[in-house]
This record gives sequence, structure tokens and C-alpha cells, in this order.
Amino acid sequence: MNHLREKYASEIEATLAKYPPDHKRAAAMPLLYLAQREYGYVTKQALIEISEILDVPPTEIGQLVGFYTLYYDEPGGKYRIQVCTDLPCALRGAEEFLEQLCENLGIQVGETTPDGLITVEKVMCLAGCDRAPLFQVQTAEGITYHENQSVESAMKLVRTWQSNP
Amino acid sequence: MKRPYLLLRHRDIPDLNDLTVYRQNGGFEAFRKAVTSLQPQEVVEIVKASGLRGRGGAGFPTGLKWSFIDNKNWPHYVVANADESEPGTFKDREIMEGNPFQFLEGLMIASYAVQANVAYVYLRGEFWQLAHQLDRRIQQLHNAGLLGDRLFGTDYSLRIFTHLGAGAYICGEETALLESLEGKLGQPRLRPPFPPAVGLFGKPTIVNNVETLANVPLIIERGADWYRSFGTEKSPGVKIFCLSGRVNRPGNYELPLGTTFRELIFEHGKGILGGKQIKAIMAAGASSALIVADERALDTPMDYESVPALGAQLGSASIIVIDETVSMDWLIRKTIHFFQHESCGKCTPCREGTYWMKHIIDRIHRGQANQNDVELLYDVASQIRGKCLCALGEFSTEAVLSALERFPQDFAARVAQQEPAL
Repeated sequence: MNHLREKYASEIEATLAKYPPDHKRAAAMPLLYLAQREYGYVTKQALIEISEILDVPPTEIGQLVGFYTLYYDEPGGKYRIQVCTDLPCALRGAEEFLEQLCENLGIQVGETTPDGLITVEKVMCLAGCDRAPLFQVQTAEGITYHENQSVESAMKLVRTWQSNP
Repeated sequence: MKRPYLLLRHRDIPDLNDLTVYRQNGGFEAFRKAVTSLQPQEVVEIVKASGLRGRGGAGFPTGLKWSFIDNKNWPHYVVANADESEPGTFKDREIMEGNPFQFLEGLMIASYAVQANVAYVYLRGEFWQLAHQLDRRIQQLHNAGLLGDRLFGTDYSLRIFTHLGAGAYICGEETALLESLEGKLGQPRLRPPFPPAVGLFGKPTIVNNVETLANVPLIIERGADWYRSFGTEKSPGVKIFCLSGRVNRPGNYELPLGTTFRELIFEHGKGILGGKQIKAIMAAGASSALIVADERALDTPMDYESVPALGAQLGSASIIVIDETVSMDWLIRKTIHFFQHESCGKCTPCREGTYWMKHIIDRIHRGQANQNDVELLYDVASQIRGKCLCALGEFSTEAVLSALERFPQDFAARVAQQEPAL
């Protein structure tokens, strides 16, 4: 049985309706987001389910996961803090911000806190260069922006997650 | 008196992102006028006459692009490029948050002009919240009878859908964007054919940047001559300049094309952080050549003709300000890492070239390089140029070559401190 198709029949139908009937493959990226929402990351099973829904070989769905940075093929923290350290942000202290944030969380970039709550990642430009330091928080549900940040404001946000995991 | 905003109108009019407020301020009258009283060709001609040029970076004349649509092959599509990812660029995001209906109206007029019945907004995946806001606003337009079938009692129908990318700078390149929208890897296509002939799903397609489209309702409403009263002869209109880096007041500044760097950086941006000296300017984000910030450069008008005279490009007008505390070897290490990460891997010069530039600059940065490595970096960057499938590879060399040519002392100082590697 195809879990995604069964559970999200109407949502999948609405997504497919955005594209011409003979170009169902266009729904691959929205369905990968759906899979991530359902399973936390893109599991092997999810690749097979999406491939069945779209009639596209699973390897061709899988390569999208490797190519696009917002898809994950392994589990991470419930909250992924993604800090931009690209040139404009780095000119405004983003690298120091990231370093101090990691120190406060007791982890290195790319690692997850032992409670499984937070992963910290370094990402490319987020289109918020005038409000650096900034990060986005990616969860299975979606993405939110947090701009003009300090280590204090970021840790305050972290504490709200810790007290309400 | 201060000139009213044309694109960032939400800064003058509160709650402009509310449909009722937008309509109270003349919203969707340009779209109505186009659909009910102008032929599609007339709309194209007005935009052509306005001299509007693409605001995504390439500066290609918008009306001319629309006129290239292949009328022997149907259906047609229009795609709004909302993949804003160039480091230093954050204008489309402000438009879509603050003045979203003006952008959508522009997209709708463009769709009518090329008789597309379906349009897509391709947003970078990071704009997840924005995409959901746009979905709700598109639904409001349906409910208000501004989208859907037989609009204003005519035969014209239009639907708009959003599509989220998932983190890939290359998808800002229009053919990579179309591949991505088709559910494939975002890798550029070999051109020709260009999208107006063979685009989305193999059909004629116009891809326009968000800011470009936001200009269109005003041009239709007030005319090409009015639009030409802003900016310069060859670069008419206003532009949103994204100011970032070592300035006191970074942000978006909507100014006529042809405004000088000095006015932007020192009047609007209030000068350099900590009263330091300005050293260099990047005018097109990380894709820029480094402009030596001397008096002549500061007095140069920011338009599509004048900036190239400084050996650089205006691009998306993402002005990154560099001060005297920044060393160019540090700076190009940032840009090289960016392009190496974002290279899509399709063509060899870009995939391998950015990889090797990264190795060399890391060696210089780690203190394990000598002057030969600096020359090797120049050599590798030079060999990438002119050989790539799309502009990304080309752009990856702009900062590198210009830094090595225009700021050789930064590199000489760096390797002089170092012991050569064994």
C-alpha cells in the first residue's frame, strides 16, 4: 500500500492539478516536501511512494534529494537552525554569531544536540543581508525566518523549544 | 519633496498588502484596462516603448522578450522568477511581502500580453512562508473575479500557481528554473532554443523577475513616456538597490537608475561602519567584479551602461560595500566557496574549476601557499571564463580575477607571511 497516497489523497490531487496532466513529474518537489512533513526526512519508502504516484523511477526522485539542500535523506534535529554566513552576512558578524551559537549549544556545525532537538547548519544566502545575523528554522512543517539576531535572542528561542519540546 | 515610491509603495501606503487597500489605491485597474481595452500586442508595444529592462540581473529589454513568444506553438506560459538567491539581493522578498498585489498584477498583465492562461511563481524554497501568503492572495483574487475564467466578461482566462524550489542558487538561471519546475535537477539547458520558443513543458514561455513585473502595472496605467521620465535615456525607470556590507544603514533603496554610488552609500546608507575608509564595491552581489572605490567610481551613475565602464556590471544592483579592514583573499574565499557549493555540476569548466579554485584559496588561507599559488588561481579562473554552459561559472571568476588584478597587494601580503608548503 502507498501510505502517502492513502493518507493525503486530496492534497496530492490538488498538487497534481497545478500542472498539465502529462507532466505529473512537476509535482515531485511538492511531494518531497509532503514526505518530509510526514516522515521527518525523505525515507527510501517515501521515494518509492512518490515514484508510484508520479510514475517516475525512484532513482530520479532520489537525485532531487541530493541536489536540493532543503531535502534530507537522514533524520536530524526537530529544529534545524540554518545560519547564513555568506559574504554580506559575514561582513556583519555572522561567522562569529554562528561560532558563539554553537558554543552555547555545545555542538559543532552540522551536529545535533543530544536530546535530538536542534541541528545547526551553515547555509548560503537567505536574501536577508540587511538584517544580518539571520537564520531560518526548518522543521518538518516548514520554514520560518529570524532576522537581526544576537546569540541572546537565538538562545531565548532555543529555550522556548526546550521548555515545550 | 520626496518622490513617492513606485515599487516599494507599501512604505507610503499602510496595509497595501491587503487586497481592499490595494484596490482602493487603483489596484488592478491596469489589468482591467489591458484585458478590456488593449490588444495583447498593444500591451507589448507599451512595455517596449517604456524601455523597461529585466531587473533580475541581465537587463534584457522586457517588451522585446515578450515579443519573442512563438505564436505558432500553444499553450504559452509566464513564470515569475522569485528565486532571489544572489548574495546581497533581498528586494523581491520585500516586494512580495509588502506590495504583493502589484507584483501579481504585473504577472497577470504579462500573461495577458503573451496570452498565457496559466502562470507560475517559482519561489526559492526558503520563501516557504511567502509562498503560503501568496497562495492565500491568489485565492482572494479568484474570489474577487480577478483570476479565473472569462475575466471581465471577455474570453480571457488566467490561473496562477506557486511552486517552491528547495535550495539551489542555480534555479535563478531561467532554464534551470524551468527544469526545476518540471520536477528535474535545476541544471541549465543548452540554448538556443530560448524559453520564448521552447520553455516550460516544451512550450513558449516568458520568465520575468519579480521586480521587473512590479513595474508593469504602472507603465500600463501611466504610459511609457511617464516611465521614461525616471532614470537615464538607455536605462529608464527606477530600480531597487539592495545595500549591504559595511555601511551604517543597509537596506533596500528605490532610486532612479543613474543615481551615483556615492549618493547611495553615503547619503542613503549613511556612510561606512565605524567611520572607516571604503575600499571596494561589488555592484552585482557575489557575481560582481570588485570595483576599486576611488573618487571616479563613487561618482559613477549606477545604470546598465556606466557600471561596465568600471570593469564591472550592475546586475541585480546588489551593492555590497567593502571597507579597508577587509582583505581580498578572505573575500574571494567566501565567493569561491559559494559558487563551488552552488555549481550544478553539469558542465566541466564550472564544476571542476570552482572545485580547484576552492582548494587553492583554502591553501592560501591556511598559510600553506606561495606566490605561485596566487598565479595558479589566476590561471584556473581565466580558464573557466567563456567556456561555461551558463553565467554561474562565468560569475564565479569575476571577484577572483578582479581581486587579483586590482588588489594584488592583499595577496602578496598574505603569502609573504607564509612558509611555503613542503
